[in-house]
This record gives sequence, C-alpha cells and structure tokens, in this order.
Amino acid sequence: MVKLSRRTILRGALNGAAVGVALPLLDCFLDGNGQALASGAPIPVRFGTWFWGLGVTEDRWKPTKIGADYDLPLELQPIAPYKDKISILSGFDVILDGKPNLPHNSGGIAIRSGVAPSTPTLPAPSFDVLIADKIGGQTRFRSLEISATRDATNSLSGRGEGSLNPAETSPINFYNRLFGAEFVDPNSADFKPNPQIMARRSVLSAVADQRKALEARVGARDRERLDQYFTALRQTEQQLALQLEKPAPLEACRIPAKPADTTPPNYQIEHVIENHKTMAQLLAMALACNQTRVFNLNFNNGASSLTKAGSTISHHQLTHEEQIDAKLGYQPESTWFVERCMEAFGVFVDTLGQFKEGDGTLLDNTLVVAHSETNFAKTHSVEGIPIMLAGRAGGKVKTGLHVAGGSTPATRLGLTVQQVMGVPVDAWGEGGLHTNKPISEIMV
Amino acid sequence: MSSPHGRRRTAASLAIAGVLAGLLGCSTPRDVAGPNLVAAAQAPGRITAMRRLTEAQYRNAIADIFGTDVKVGGRFDPIVRPEHELIATGAAESTISPAGFEQFDSMARTIAAQVLDEQRRGAFLTCQPADATQADPACARSFFQQIGLYVFRRPLTAAELDFYVDVAGRGAEPTRDFYKGVELGLASMLVSPQFLYQLETAADDGRQIDSWSKASRLSFLIWNSVPDRMLLTAAARGELDTEKGVQAQVARMLASPKAEEGVRAFFTDFLHLDRVSNLSKDTVVYNRFTPAAAADLKEQMLLTVVDHVLTQDKPYPELFTTRKTFLNRRLGLMYQTPVAKAEGWEPHELPANDERAGILGQGAFLALFSHEGRSSPTLRGRAIREVLLCQPVPNPPANVDFSGFNDTSNAVLKTSRQRLDRHNTDPVCASCHKITDPLGLPLERFDGVGAFRTTENGAPIDASGAFEGKSFDGAAALGYLMSQSKGPTDCLAKRVAEYSTGLTEDKLPKGWLEELGQRFEAGGFKYRALLEKVALSPEFFALPEVAEPAAKVAALSSPATPTQGIR
Repeated sequence: MVKLSRRTILRGALNGAAVGVALPLLDCFLDGNGQALASGAPIPVRFGTWFWGLGVTEDRWKPTKIGADYDLPLELQPIAPYKDKISILSGFDVILDGKPNLPHNSGGIAIRSGVAPSTPTLPAPSFDVLIADKIGGQTRFRSLEISATRDATNSLSGRGEGSLNPAETSPINFYNRLFGAEFVDPNSADFKPNPQIMARRSVLSAVADQRKALEARVGARDRERLDQYFTALRQTEQQLALQLEKPAPLEACRIPAKPADTTPPNYQIEHVIENHKTMAQLLAMALACNQTRVFNLNFNNGASSLTKAGSTISHHQLTHEEQIDAKLGYQPESTWFVERCMEAFGVFVDTLGQFKEGDGTLLDNTLVVAHSETNFAKTHSVEGIPIMLAGRAGGKVKTGLHVAGGSTPATRLGLTVQQVMGVPVDAWGEGGLHTNKPISEIMV
Repeated sequence: MSSPHGRRRTAASLAIAGVLAGLLGCSTPRDVAGPNLVAAAQAPGRITAMRRLTEAQYRNAIADIFGTDVKVGGRFDPIVRPEHELIATGAAESTISPAGFEQFDSMARTIAAQVLDEQRRGAFLTCQPADATQADPACARSFFQQIGLYVFRRPLTAAELDFYVDVAGRGAEPTRDFYKGVELGLASMLVSPQFLYQLETAADDGRQIDSWSKASRLSFLIWNSVPDRMLLTAAARGELDTEKGVQAQVARMLASPKAEEGVRAFFTDFLHLDRVSNLSKDTVVYNRFTPAAAADLKEQMLLTVVDHVLTQDKPYPELFTTRKTFLNRRLGLMYQTPVAKAEGWEPHELPANDERAGILGQGAFLALFSHEGRSSPTLRGRAIREVLLCQPVPNPPANVDFSGFNDTSNAVLKTSRQRLDRHNTDPVCASCHKITDPLGLPLERFDGVGAFRTTENGAPIDASGAFEGKSFDGAAALGYLMSQSKGPTDCLAKRVAEYSTGLTEDKLPKGWLEELGQRFEAGGFKYRALLEKVALSPEFFALPEVAEPAAKVAALSSPATPTQGIR
C-alpha cells in the first residue's frame, strides 16, 4: 500500500524555475524528491544500468587525476563530449572471500547483488530490482530490460533465487510493447479508461484469488517460486490499474515512429551498435512518456561475443589470445572493442540528453550506472571493475568527477545508488562485500 | 519448429465437444465419467513438483486443446539450462519474471479471444446461452468443466468450477456478451499456475504421484504435450496404477504420430539444439550461413534422429555411424551436394567411406560447438564429453593465461592443432585440454559451419585422435568407436530418466540408473524400448526425496558462449 511521503510538498530544486507545489493526490507516492514544473506536473527521477562486457585496459582507461576535470586516457576519449555529465569510479573491488572466480560471471553478479556467487546465477536481488521496488510501482512497466546483442538471457537483473528478468531483443517487439494498442498518450486531450484493460484486470484478480489454496499445498522451495509468480501477477495488475487513471501531461513525450526492420540477430559489432542506437531511442522515449522509471540495458554480454565483420575471432577470444604488443604495451585488437563500447555509452548518454525536460534534460533527471564484469579480461580480474555514472538524478548526485575507491568493496556502488534513489538501506552486501559506506564524493 | 511430418489439425477436426462427451458428458454422462472422476475432483493433494511448461509444451498444449489454427504469439521467459543439466530439470526450478508474466497474460488473452470468436466457439461450446447478451452460468459451467479438464490436466474441483463460472458472469455483465465473459474466464485459466506449471501432486498413499500427475508425466514425456481423452480416462479409472494399464497407454502413445514431437523435444534438449536459434556465424567467413540455414541444420538433425530412433527403431549407438540423413536445397549448397527437390527435404545417403557419419557429422553439432568465424576442437571435444558422454569438464582457472595461443593469422601455426599444441605446453592448460582436444581434433576436417575441408590456411589437417585408449583418424572413426562404447548409451539412459522426472541424478531413486542402463542394453539400445522401460519402472512415479534443492536456474552466461573461458 502506498504511504504518504514525509514531504507532501515538492521542493523546487533547480535554478529557481521549478516551484514548490502541492502534490495532486495521485502523486503522493512520488517520494517527494522530484522537481516540479510550473504546470504542477512533477518530473520523475529515473534509474538505470548500462552494462558492457570484458572491461577495459586499465592503463588506457583509468584517469590519473582524481576529482573534477579528470584526464581522458585513450579508451575513455569517446566520452569526451559528455565528460561533465559522467563520473568515473575506479578501484572498487569485488571481494570473493575464497569463492571461485567464475569467469565473466562473478564480477557482474557480485556488483549487482552484493553477494559473490557460487554458481553463475543471481544469489540475491540485484540493486536495480530493489530500486524498482521503491520507484517502479507507479508506471506501466516496473522496469525494462534490453539486450543490444539480441539475447534474452543477457541480463543481470532479477530477484535472486533463480529469477532473471529477460531482456527485450527486438526493436519492433519493444516498440509494440511500449507504444502498441495499450499505450495511453499522456498528452492526449481526451482520456477514457480502456474497457479492455478493466477486463484484463479482473482476469488477473481472479487468478490472484487462487494464491492461498495453492500455497497451502507446496513445500518451502516451491512456495518461493509461487510467490515470485504471484508477485509478477500483482505487479501486472497494479500497472493495469494505473492505466485506468488519466496520466499527467509530459512535455518530452512524443510517440516515436515504428523502427525500421531489425538488424540480423548476430554478434557482429556493426549490427549491435545499430540495434543499441534504436533501442536507446525507444527506451528514452519510454522514460520521457513515464512508461517506466527503471531500466537495464546491456550493450554486449559478459565474455563479449562481439565480432568484427570478416574476422574469425571474437572480442572474448581476443582478450585471451591476443598478445600484449611488446611495443605498444597493450592488446591492439581488444582495445578497439573497448573503444566501441565506450562510444556506445556516449551514444546512450547523448540520447538521454536530447530530451528536454523542465529546464534540463531527461539525463539530468536520471541516474545511469554503467559497469562491466571484469577489469582486465585477459586474467578475469575482478579488482577495480570499471564503473561510470551519468546523469544527476534530479540534482541528487554530482557529475564530472573521478573517484578512486582505494580497493574498497564494489558494493559501495549498489549501496550509494539505492540510497540516492530513496531505498531505506544503511548497509548492503555479504561477507567481504558488506559495506555501510556510500560513495559520499558523488552525493549532493 | 513444426515438423514436416507433424500434426496438422483444425479446431473442427479436433471437435472437443464430441471428444469430451465420452469423458465428462455435457448432457449425458457415460460410465467413464463415473465415481473416479467425481472423487478425484475433490481438492488435489500436496504439490511435489512445479515444472514450468517449456515454450514447445505450451504451444503443443494449445494446439492439442484448441487446434493448430489458434495462433500463439509472444515471447517466452527462457528456461535456462543449469550447468551440465537438461532444460527439463531447469524447468523444475524455473520461475516466472514480471516481464515473462506480462507475456503470458497477453498470450492468454489472444488465445481466449480466438477460441471464443464466432468461427470457433461452436466447436468448444456444447450449449447455447439462453441469451447471448447475458451471463448463462449453466452453459459457462459446462464449457469450463470440459475445457478445464484439458487445461489443468485434471477435473476442476467444485470450487474452481464455481470460480470460473463467476468470472464469466462478472465479465458478461459490463460487456453485455456471454462469450466475452467466457473468454475472460478462459484467459484467466490460461495464466493460472495450474496451466503454466506441470503441478505434480502426491497420491493418497504418499508414495507415488497421483493418477492425473502420472497422466501428465507420460504425455509430456512421450508427446511433449497434454494428455488426451484416453489417457485422462485411464487416469480416472485408476488404470495408471497398474503396470498393465500403463503399458497399454505407453504402447498406444508411442504408436501415435504425436510421439515424434516427444522425440524432437527430448533430443532438442539433450543435444542443446535450443541454442540453434541464437546461433550466429560471421557472414563474411561463412557467407551461406543465415538464420534460415541454422534452422535447417537443426531440422536436419531432428529428421535424422526421428527417422533413426522412432521410424526405423534402430539402436541408438548406430546414430553415431549412420550414413543416412536428410537434405534440402539450402544445405545442399552449403555441403556441395546436389538436391533434386526444390522445396522441402529429401533422404540422403552418404557414401560408406565418407568422413561424415552420424551425429558427429551433423552440421548442427559441428556448427553449434564452434566459434563464429572458425571451428573449435576444444568446444567440440568438450561437447562430446559433456553432452554425449555426460562427463563434465572443469572450467579453466580464472587467471588462465592464453597468450601462448597465437592468433589465426600466425604464419607458422596454421592449423588449430598446431595452435593448441603450442598452448598445451602449459601443464595447467594441458590437464583439461587432454580431456577435450583428442575428441575435438578428429572433427577438424569440418569447418565452423560443418562444411568438409582437407586443409586449414593451406596446411593439411591432421585429424588423428584417441578415445578410450584407442587411436584413430577422423570423425567417422570416432563415431564408430563411440558406437562401441558404453559411455554414450549410459549417458542417454541417464538423460531420459532426468528428462522424464524433472529430477537431477542426485535426486533420482538409488540404483535406478544402473538398472535402466542394463535394461537399455538388454533391449538392444532401442530408444522406444527405453521410453517404455522408464515409464514402466516403479521408480518412474515414485515421489522424489523431500530435500529442498538449491536454486541454480537462471544462469547469467550467454547461451552463445556456454563454455566461457575455455578455448
């Protein structure tokens, strides 16, 4: 059940253009953190992750200067135009506590769930799910997951215990899901509750009524799985309920054109870049139209299967098999892929920055966590996993900084972003990954 | 994928109405619907397993219940394969995510709308509503009673029936449409966990699963779909509690054309063919390899397997040596073999001395266990060990250094063997590569999509290898040695046992696998006979141990790189 926020008046936060307004009743769940437009419609703060596989070449990526106006080594240069909107986090370690390092799995799973895994599965909820529990219940989709390599299992988001939020793989399906028949245009003048949605809701309520009888018949392990089923059902039902209310108008929301025919489902980097661009556009529009407030976009997979047209060897194979060039001091072919990943992140940041919202942009009202699953892929190292933050979360974080973690647990990232997004948590992670120290350098 | 010999039925020919009359009877119940059914319609017992329907099972269920012309459109939450296991055992641990639920919900609504549309409703409703603009509880009741039996694979309890009648009534009121109301009730049924999961329940004796669960176990094993009228009738009559009754059903089911779907489903899972839909190759290196060609490779493998183990009923070991396969035009081009038929498949027999034979020579196997731009003796050798012999190979240590393994443009080390030899000078690497490579290198005369070659980068290929202490040369010789070994047959028997119960080896009744292995051998290694032996074992219906298994489902690794970190 929705609780009234302590602050029932929104605080005008930025540049004086925003004004304090009384929350409309429907918006009392907005957590009181948002900026409000002069029209009275609050601008939601969004949260998302952006994943790339196979890390970086530390010497060519990690800035030497700590703090503001950090330097841009070669692999970071693609983000140069957005440097003031991006923070770099280096030196944050995944601590395995003697558990085996599962290549290309341990790092990403531990960062997301706060637990070093024993098998390549999420042992606990990923922080994006915990954040969605806090801010995702008031939109049509609790969260959206996307794989630019078009692989539904390319996802690090889930509730743990074997549950994984599968990724959207096709731009056309993604478009239909977002802007198909059931999309309610927030800027449309006439609103009538859709009777189909009312009917759907009653169908789901009916199934929910079976919960008790079924749960009485299962063992503990299956009860957990049944709970996950009914949680999913309840979420869908709540989201349907939202669609029966007239949405607030949103200036940045425009219904996009249906994307062109999709790229072939392969790992050729040219196709993945193209697919990522299309998906990023659709996602940004979904955010601008308040269809979701949480997302997880995966540019490539851990153990990146990306290939270059005509090459017989994948990014992943290269990181292991390519010699470190004696003269250059790095792996020239592997670093090429890292640069493409950084470019893609630049494209994503740029896309969010294109949507005007209030006196800023969609990016200003979003917090994006970008990370990989390893630092140096050649040795699968999980110390100093590269992390970037973009966007200001509606003014709650500082950007344009390089923060050195000094070998502290990488779970500080998860703790920090949960706190920024309003999750009431003061410590997070298990064993050596337990921490109660958020990354205060980036918090306003 | 639909099979070329597959079932094709329409709603009309299915004629659920007629089919059902014999079992439950809308107006004139017959004796088959007698006391057993009524008794069983009381609340079912303790749930002992929740096995999520796979995409294929869901599609087959809809086709069998409502006709093949009812479209199922949507994306299924993938059931991820646990490490070294079958998707079938993953299904027993699988959950449904919010996004996955959203899809099931949308599919349920589209299916229900089709079933109750004007063209089809007559085939499923045995009564007419008194007034089509209003609820008609009696007519709705008869619909849910009949359809519910198939959707939930057991009779609905009185409470459940009341419930769906009520849903239909509440739906009919605002829409002023009886059929809309029934449609909503049906949609509700199709998103229920009782449809989406194969729920197995304990019998009263506490030692076995109950009769309805037995019927489902049999039908998902043999048909990969829901039980039909005769099987449910046998369950209602208690016939599945006797060996004779099970034997009669198994014989009937294996003789049905639907058994092909069961063979396809098992071998898709067993041979990891589910990954073919995600298989991509570098189109510059392999310019004929398209997603359509990938689908063809899977179909070629399945046609070969179905023909061998089901149609011809030949021993499983001969699947490693058979020269018989099927080709279509597209594969003909890839393998430089003329194909007469412009459309569809034709049987093809390879010459007796051909390098290509059996499963190991199938393009699907060779392409699946290769890299995007080249073959991989290590991936292939590992697949032979893990998939065909059920022998897990350890992952390489995380800090392994592959730098000794030079790139493919190396002017001196032209073949994979040369590159692997270099790499194997490291004793840490060699300890695992000596397990995999001697089985993968013999397949090197097939490139990354399975096309034949004799050289790599201009250097002749050495396809020698060793298996169980015997040295040999080439893929066909390896296939022969595997056909003479107990490894592949024991592995198959184990996988069938796991597949049929949804239980991993450690949870199977003690001694069962040894016994199945012996009986498989005694029966001449026939797959059909193996299915019968599994189904007729007392262990097949035994309740699993109560121990709670650890969660190990949604593996986060990409299916395109199942053996990450190993070359």
